[in-house]
Amino acid sequence: MAAIVQAPAAVPSTADTDAVAPRSYLAEVCTRFFHNRAGVSAVSTLVLLAVAAIVAPLLSPYDPLIGNATRRLLPIGSAGHLLGTDEQGRDMLTRLLYGGRLSLLTGTLPVIVATVIGTAIGATAGYLRGPVGAVLMRTMDMLYAFPAIMLAIAISASLGPGAKNSVLAISVVFIPPISRVAEAATRRVIFLEYIDAARLSGASTACILMSQVLPNIFNPIFVYASGLIGLSIVVASGLSFLGMGARPPVPEWGFMLNSLRGAIYVQPWVAALPGFLIFATSMSCNMMSDALRDALDIKDA
Amino acid sequence: MTMHTGHSGDIEASTPPRTGWATHSPETLTRSHVLLSVHGLRKRFPVRTGLYSKAYVSAVDSVSFTVEAGTTLGIVGESGCGKSATARLILGLTEPDAGTVAFEGVDVQTLTGPRRKTLRRNMQMVFQDPYSALNPRMSIGESIAFPLRVHGYSKSAQRERTGILLDQVGLHPNHASYYPHQMSGGQRQRVNIARALALEPRLVIADEAVSALDKSVQAQVLNLLTDLQERLQLTYIFISHDLNVVQYVSDRVLVMYLGQVVEQCTPEGLYAEPLHPYTKALLASIPDVNPDQPLAAQLEGEIPSPLSPPSGCRFRTRCAAAMPICAAERPQMIQERPGHFVACHLYSPSAPAGTGEEKTVAA
Repeated sequence: MAAIVQAPAAVPSTADTDAVAPRSYLAEVCTRFFHNRAGVSAVSTLVLLAVAAIVAPLLSPYDPLIGNATRRLLPIGSAGHLLGTDEQGRDMLTRLLYGGRLSLLTGTLPVIVATVIGTAIGATAGYLRGPVGAVLMRTMDMLYAFPAIMLAIAISASLGPGAKNSVLAISVVFIPPISRVAEAATRRVIFLEYIDAARLSGASTACILMSQVLPNIFNPIFVYASGLIGLSIVVASGLSFLGMGARPPVPEWGFMLNSLRGAIYVQPWVAALPGFLIFATSMSCNMMSDALRDALDIKDA
Repeated sequence: MTMHTGHSGDIEASTPPRTGWATHSPETLTRSHVLLSVHGLRKRFPVRTGLYSKAYVSAVDSVSFTVEAGTTLGIVGESGCGKSATARLILGLTEPDAGTVAFEGVDVQTLTGPRRKTLRRNMQMVFQDPYSALNPRMSIGESIAFPLRVHGYSKSAQRERTGILLDQVGLHPNHASYYPHQMSGGQRQRVNIARALALEPRLVIADEAVSALDKSVQAQVLNLLTDLQERLQLTYIFISHDLNVVQYVSDRVLVMYLGQVVEQCTPEGLYAEPLHPYTKALLASIPDVNPDQPLAAQLEGEIPSPLSPPSGCRFRTRCAAAMPICAAERPQMIQERPGHFVACHLYSPSAPAGTGEEKTVAA
């Protein structure tokens, strides 16, 4: 807290003439975040992966879908194939780069969708409590009762295969836990006096939720949601393995990992590459959310 | 401020329309008018005691009083005696089970929609905890301007008014860009006051407004409050467990015990000659600065559970002067001295003959 401009503790009854405008909340959080090495390296990793996926055509001369049957399962460091080739002779580096597009998208998109919907449900339930809150939260509990992956499979199966539907399915799976976090955070906040003060000013429920509650429950939700990104990638991979997510031959890390399983005794390192990227992404997300939690936790009280 | 006596005897029949409201405090001589009148206010909160069983905490029980414009009513009592619950009922943060709150003679509960919103802006509150009373994600300027925003003031009007308010409470305009965690407790309480004043209310309820502050800052904030009262012709309800603070700011003092008013008087009268045994004990409990002074006799026992308050007089379980009648019948609020009201059987001239509203509410 040393970085914070501290106003004089004892206040004279006259105006403080030396009051200096301090830095904004956001500037404060950024400074704190960028002082956290783990957080910075996690964010750099994620940015690197995302940029690499976006500019994949520029980085790789190969087509991710067309292989060379004579050059299958080459080891890492082969001439022309820096990270080897897969079981169909396609360049691994190319496929990993292209695969990042879908994997990162299926990792982040459901989390974003679920965060928006889950926060709305949780905050409303937490603020209104009573019968409305009970109905909302018990509905969430019903969804929560299914194992996450089973629910995702069931929804995906009923919607039909495709990346879009798997994103939708995973979003639904993530809504209950996020709404729970939001509800718990809201319940903590609504008993604080500034909510009463807002009510006294005559503000409507919607206005209080948006301007007073939301900014104060955002941190725990944000931290929790960023931790879900890793899980989301893994679930999406699972769905595509079962033929309900991204369909081959479009590269996707989870599916690549599964299809290379058979090659684990021939080229173990090549087979492990997609797994390594999933691990790196999900680990970075977790580290980022930890660092965010620390940075956002400017003394609230 | 006046107290509803429930004694039809000392009220002239000619007094229109507020019959039953005796006027005895010195301020009434200047013909000041009643700003807020609270009558028979009652609130019980349900508590779950089992899966299907519920009990009720009687938080406020038939509380009646009036506050005259420009004066300060102090409410004292132990924690849990219903002081804050009364404040919340007056402000409409909780809905009462029974009773009326009339502001300028208008029953607040009968109003709905925009009219209620307009009336509500006349009553604001300074909260107890300077730490949780400010949204940590809002700058000081945003917090103060929030009520203005709700009431549709333009951005420039908000800024201008925020500057004026900060100045009024002794802060610098630059403080508008501070965040609560960057300010001291005293500064935050000044911000709370500024926010409460944003909509130019006529009644400000200060609920333990200085309790969380240390003594030197308490004095500053109290002086600020009294100064603002003079400048803006504010009416205060000042809630505190600190008898010294209440004595300092109040024109009249209300003593509450377990959700009921037990005594009401001017601070001078109350401190010079407390009538109710509870008030006596309360005043005796103020520690003396002289360490050689022997401690006064302390009250025995705990506050009874509000889940099942004692029958009759709620104080009887801890009262040294308890009599059989105290368990049987609830004491009426009577005027024992001019302007000094007390609800205790020790002062009932003919206790069983109690009549009037207090009795019906208690029944």
